[in-house]
Amino acid sequence: MKKVLLVLFVLTILLTGVTQAQDTVQLVIESWRNDDLTIWEDTILPVFEAQYPNIDVVFSPTAPTEYNAALNAKLEGGTAGDLITCRPFDVSLGLFDAGYLASLNDLAGMENFGDVAKSAWITDDGSDVFCVPMASVIHGFIYNADIFAELGLEEPTTVSEFYAVLDAIKASGMYTPLVMGTNDQWEAATMGYQNIGPNYWKGEEGRLGLIDGTAKYNEGGFLQAFEALAAWQPYLGDGYQAQTYADSQNAFTLGLGAIYPAGSWDISVFRANADFELGAFKPPVPDGQEDCYISDHTDIAMGMNAGTEHPEEAQTFLTWMTSPEFATLYSNALPGFFSLSNAQIEIDDPIAAEFVGWRNECASTIRSSYQILSRGEPNNETDLWAASANVLNLAQTPQEAADTVQSGLEQWYEPQMGS
Amino acid sequence: MPSSRKPFPFHIIVFLAPAVIIYTLFMIYPLLDSLRLSMFTADAGGQEVFVGLQNYQRLFTDPLWQPRILGALRNNFVFFGIHMLVQNPLALFLATLLSSRFIRGRTIYRSLIFTPSVLSIVLIAFIWRLILSPIFGKALFAPLGITLPPLLGEPATALPTLGLISVWQWVGVPMMLFVAALIGIPDELVEASRVDGATGWDVFWRIKLPLILPTVGIVGVLTFVGNFNAFDLIYTSQTALANPAFATDLLGTLFYRTFFGFQLQLGSPTMGATVAGVMFLIILLGVMIYLFTWQRRLLKNAVEM
Repeated sequence: MKKVLLVLFVLTILLTGVTQAQDTVQLVIESWRNDDLTIWEDTILPVFEAQYPNIDVVFSPTAPTEYNAALNAKLEGGTAGDLITCRPFDVSLGLFDAGYLASLNDLAGMENFGDVAKSAWITDDGSDVFCVPMASVIHGFIYNADIFAELGLEEPTTVSEFYAVLDAIKASGMYTPLVMGTNDQWEAATMGYQNIGPNYWKGEEGRLGLIDGTAKYNEGGFLQAFEALAAWQPYLGDGYQAQTYADSQNAFTLGLGAIYPAGSWDISVFRANADFELGAFKPPVPDGQEDCYISDHTDIAMGMNAGTEHPEEAQTFLTWMTSPEFATLYSNALPGFFSLSNAQIEIDDPIAAEFVGWRNECASTIRSSYQILSRGEPNNETDLWAASANVLNLAQTPQEAADTVQSGLEQWYEPQMGS
Repeated sequence: MPSSRKPFPFHIIVFLAPAVIIYTLFMIYPLLDSLRLSMFTADAGGQEVFVGLQNYQRLFTDPLWQPRILGALRNNFVFFGIHMLVQNPLALFLATLLSSRFIRGRTIYRSLIFTPSVLSIVLIAFIWRLILSPIFGKALFAPLGITLPPLLGEPATALPTLGLISVWQWVGVPMMLFVAALIGIPDELVEASRVDGATGWDVFWRIKLPLILPTVGIVGVLTFVGNFNAFDLIYTSQTALANPAFATDLLGTLFYRTFFGFQLQLGSPTMGATVAGVMFLIILLGVMIYLFTWQRRLLKNAVEM
């Protein structure tokens, strides 16, 4: 008798479990932002789930460098999540063209975004938009204000002031002047080349020049940016060749280095872990140059898996993501990811507010390799990674590195061919 | 003689079936399908088109692919060479020591040396990266007065360093095989040669080594197959980009990047299958050489004895 009761008891529990599972729909978010897991789970998703108790959203990130490959495999195998975090431009466009991302033209709330915000997730003819823009990231430099105070240094604004500061830190012998490694390659390209580059290639002017074939990587501003990057080499820490991105973050957080070439997404990491005052300055301008340019890269958006079993719930979530409520929540939970929404948002974090304030002082551009230029083989972005790391590892001169990148582009990109 | 035909031996089929079915389904069929895929290419619409051996031609002649496949091949032979020259002699040396009856606590040593090979490769890569890291390693080695060069960051040292890490991890496996073979040698043989005045050195080279030659051959082939399939250590330690500047790129990492893609570069299943085809051919060639030279000679010797 006891056994029968036990069996009945277990059955009831199982059955109630099943019926409950039928009431709530589970949505899975694919993302490369594994740094943000706790923020999504603890801060953002509970707000949504409180409003829509029948939808349970799970944030399921993959390592950033694995994301595209893993996502492609999952989409092909039909096992990908319902909501797909979108890389900007060609990668997501490829997914849309292959039929993996649903068109979001009719999504309620899309009117909250301007054309610039949507530009990274729209077909070339502008007929279909396929991701809800979430945020852009801005490049600059974060410094350890305690070290600056100790050594009596001030924020540099020009390139020569920048080197004077670096020399002073190096002369002190106590701290690594620039905390950056070349092991992961992308760090050198993204935090180095694309960080300081826009000042040399005049932002959008240079970037669009590459696309229409009037500018080249191995001359003018794009070459000067490689030369400027090469000049960083003496200021990097011992063994920077084997230093990973995580090593750099740790070294700066531990107070071993003074200046960290940053992406604004690093702010939240340092806020959580660094026990010293942080400061920030924008990429220094070449001496005598009036205008400044910053990399304000439309970086992240959210789309819907065309094969999802719960399209209505997924659209409900995406519409919620277009709301000013989400924009405020997201921008403040993740200082350094700046919402692309038209809504006015107050940013509490002073460093993040300073980064976003540069938008008013300087002209914005996006990373040079993302739009159109990463469609062919060799991939322009991957080439820039290798070139930037090689320049800093003294494996190539700036001219050689620039020539390699340019010849890669000339192999397949029509407007750059035969010139 | 009464001609009673034996009944068809159905039990043989029954006993063979599970292995044959599973092996065919999960090994032979995927292998053949992968070779088939390597002769196709995807056109603009995503349809597979038959192109014969053009993918292989492209892999070895296209200016984009050629340096990658040749670099990966060269690195793979270096990686294999490090294992053959360091891991296997070291394993044999340790096995000879640890099969000797005069060493106390030899089972403890054997277990300790074997331990790394049961650890997760992710753990191995992580620990070694930490030890050799310019940030943490610095703190580790500073008290000893050693400043470590960025071993995993310099193109010249990265691959040998990873090779030696791999040796450190795997040396226990061939050691165990050698120990098992050495223990199997009858004591009479050793004692008889001792009586005849052979030194310990003679005993090893003239008696023990010839008797364990089959094991040496097996270890060599296992090393070859394992090294040309190697991927996990490089991937976990140096990422799929095989930093620095492809200096640690093996066929396995090249295959991964090609098949699955990396960062903004999208994957190409057909070219990936082509790289896998090259790996298969190399391993097949190596195993054939082993079968037709080493093992045949051993068999011949065995018959003559």
